[in-house]
Amino acid sequence: MVPYIIRRLLIAIPVLFGVMVVNFIIINMAPGNPVDMYVDPNSSPELLEMRKEQLGLNDPLYIQFFHWLGNLAQGNLGYSFSTYEPVSKMIFERIGPTFELMGLALLAGLIIALPIGILSAVKQYSKLDYLATGTSFFGISIPHFFLGLGLIYIFAVQLQILPAGGMSTLGSEDNFLDKVQHLILPVIVLAVGISGQYVRYVRASLLEVLGQDYLRTARAKGLKEFVVTNKHALKNALIPIITIIGMEIPFLLGGAVITEQIFQWPGMGQLTIQSIMSRDYPTLMALNLLTAFMVLFANLLTDIVYSFVDPRIKYK
Amino acid sequence: MKPLLEVNQIQIAFESDSEEVISVEEVSFSVNPGETIGIVGESGCGKSVTSLSIMGLLGKNGKVNKGQILFGEEDLTKVSNQRIRDIRGNEISMIFQEPMTSLNPVFTIGNQMIEGIKLHLKMNPKAAKEYAVEMLKKVGIPRANEIMKEYPHALSGGMRQRVMIAMALACKPKLLIADEPTTALDVTIQAQILELMKTLQKESNTAIMLITHDLGVIAETADRVIVMYAGQVVEEADVFTLFKEPKHPYTQGLMASIPHLEYESEQRLASIPGSVPSIKHMPAGCRFHTRCPYATERCEQEQPRLKDVQAGHKVRCWLTEEDGLRTNSDQPKEEIFT
Ligand SMILES: Nc1ncnc2c1ncn2[C@@H]1O[C@H](COP(=O)(O)OP(=O)(O)OP(=O)(O)O)[C@@H](O)[C@H]1O
Ligand SMILES: [Mg+2]
Repeated sequence: MVPYIIRRLLIAIPVLFGVMVVNFIIINMAPGNPVDMYVDPNSSPELLEMRKEQLGLNDPLYIQFFHWLGNLAQGNLGYSFSTYEPVSKMIFERIGPTFELMGLALLAGLIIALPIGILSAVKQYSKLDYLATGTSFFGISIPHFFLGLGLIYIFAVQLQILPAGGMSTLGSEDNFLDKVQHLILPVIVLAVGISGQYVRYVRASLLEVLGQDYLRTARAKGLKEFVVTNKHALKNALIPIITIIGMEIPFLLGGAVITEQIFQWPGMGQLTIQSIMSRDYPTLMALNLLTAFMVLFANLLTDIVYSFVDPRIKYK
Repeated sequence: MKPLLEVNQIQIAFESDSEEVISVEEVSFSVNPGETIGIVGESGCGKSVTSLSIMGLLGKNGKVNKGQILFGEEDLTKVSNQRIRDIRGNEISMIFQEPMTSLNPVFTIGNQMIEGIKLHLKMNPKAAKEYAVEMLKKVGIPRANEIMKEYPHALSGGMRQRVMIAMALACKPKLLIADEPTTALDVTIQAQILELMKTLQKESNTAIMLITHDLGVIAETADRVIVMYAGQVVEEADVFTLFKEPKHPYTQGLMASIPHLEYESEQRLASIPGSVPSIKHMPAGCRFHTRCPYATERCEQEQPRLKDVQAGHKVRCWLTEEDGLRTNSDQPKEEIFT
């Protein structure tokens, strides 16, 4: 197992390098440049040119890239073009809130989806099944901005029982209840979509397992249907679900761009939008690097977890 | 002797796309304690469905419409879910055709063995584990202690079928239903598994219902044989009578299709012309008349009943009912079925 993990990590290095080269090219291909974004439009062309020179934007692209890479090798992600803060500090501040929001949303989504998905599969083609699959379709298709704004309108504007946005009320940052109140709406928005998807995954995966011969064996032993479904069938059905959850891990840190924007949630999604808008190259590069790393890491983690739940898989 | 199991005129139907398809009709037979009864017949004739109905494992869409399945005093078609679960794996066990897929891939052999033992024999985990190891040893599994910790994928087909047998016999059932237990195995392993079943049967006086395509297996293991065709029993006899004097044209056809070493090499192996009618389009009258060389007008119109021709020998055929004398020796069978 350990040699396997080391091998996978070594393979990840060239992959990350490739991803970052492509990212760098695409970011630089986008029209506009950072200087136009921050500097007073009335300033003279000389001043603009001077700023560009200062930021190193006049160097050839590959020089810029290796410059970035050199800094990275020293653990330096650079400074934001727009806030002049260290990029690492900005990301560090944002990662916690995002992880909190996304983690809770995923957890809530799974807790809702699992029993519904199981029931829906066990009672395939029943009214309950149609209701569950129908509702899940609704959950998947409703846009986050629409649901988010709708919930804000009802609960924050009309009923005034929940805050419309932010992570906490000014002055009560340490109040747990206040924090929970701020979490409720954005978590609901995200959990609706997530549970909608997972109801379908769980249902499909369990249906595939329900016809298997080994369940007949389990029934032939005299086991209760509850044990047959929730022990024998479910453990098999969850194996593919684990992969899907694994692929979700990068989003846990990448944040939910639109939902964070709507609820003024100071997370990674919001940071991403801001840095795109302001052509903040160093921040964008760092965010992309983090995402690429998380994808690779999540894949590896999924494969490792897989070998624990599926005894047929062994890595050497 | 009072039979252990008495299947009485059952009809089994499956619900599919809101229409009911009858899969097995007028099937009757009985199994005595300790005997081996063989069930043969072409693919799709309803052997598995019949055996699953005894276990109450027809699934959501299947049900026994008519008839009784008497096990002791109880009618298994009417007992509660709780009661049938108590019987399954305990008084009646079943092993299946596909050892490769019959064990759950994500649980250890030990886990799957112990499950039933704990459930029916009410043993504590430690005793159940010891008993499971003992059962594995009994079915000839080497290193039984280690195998308990293995997952099914680490075992060969023959080994998995042994595990299935150990599991099925753990609670000393009165009846073991073996649905083509050796079809998926190679010939040497087949013989071992059958031998094992026979040995264990003697030890515990378990009755065996052996379902198979293989007449050779029947000849070697069964005491009595039931021949099924298109969802019905067409002939029932003890194994010697059946092989010596098959009465139903279908059985005669089956016998003629067994390869014999002593025959001339250039002689062609007989086969029954035509194919089994589909369950949705059963012919009127005798279900075999479309393929029967002796079919008369009556066979096309009226359905024959399963009737005794001798003590313990039942046939569903108008011809035997009419003259009761004609046997396959009247005409050489090879000529008829080629
Ligand atoms: N779940 C089901 N739903 C609908 N029809 C079924 C179902 N199970 C079996 N049947 C039908 O019942 C008939 C008998 O099937 P069965 O499996 O008992 O045949 P068999 O004699 O065991 O054949 P084989 O030798 O191939 O195992 C078949 O025509 C089959 O299509
Ligand atoms: Mg079958």
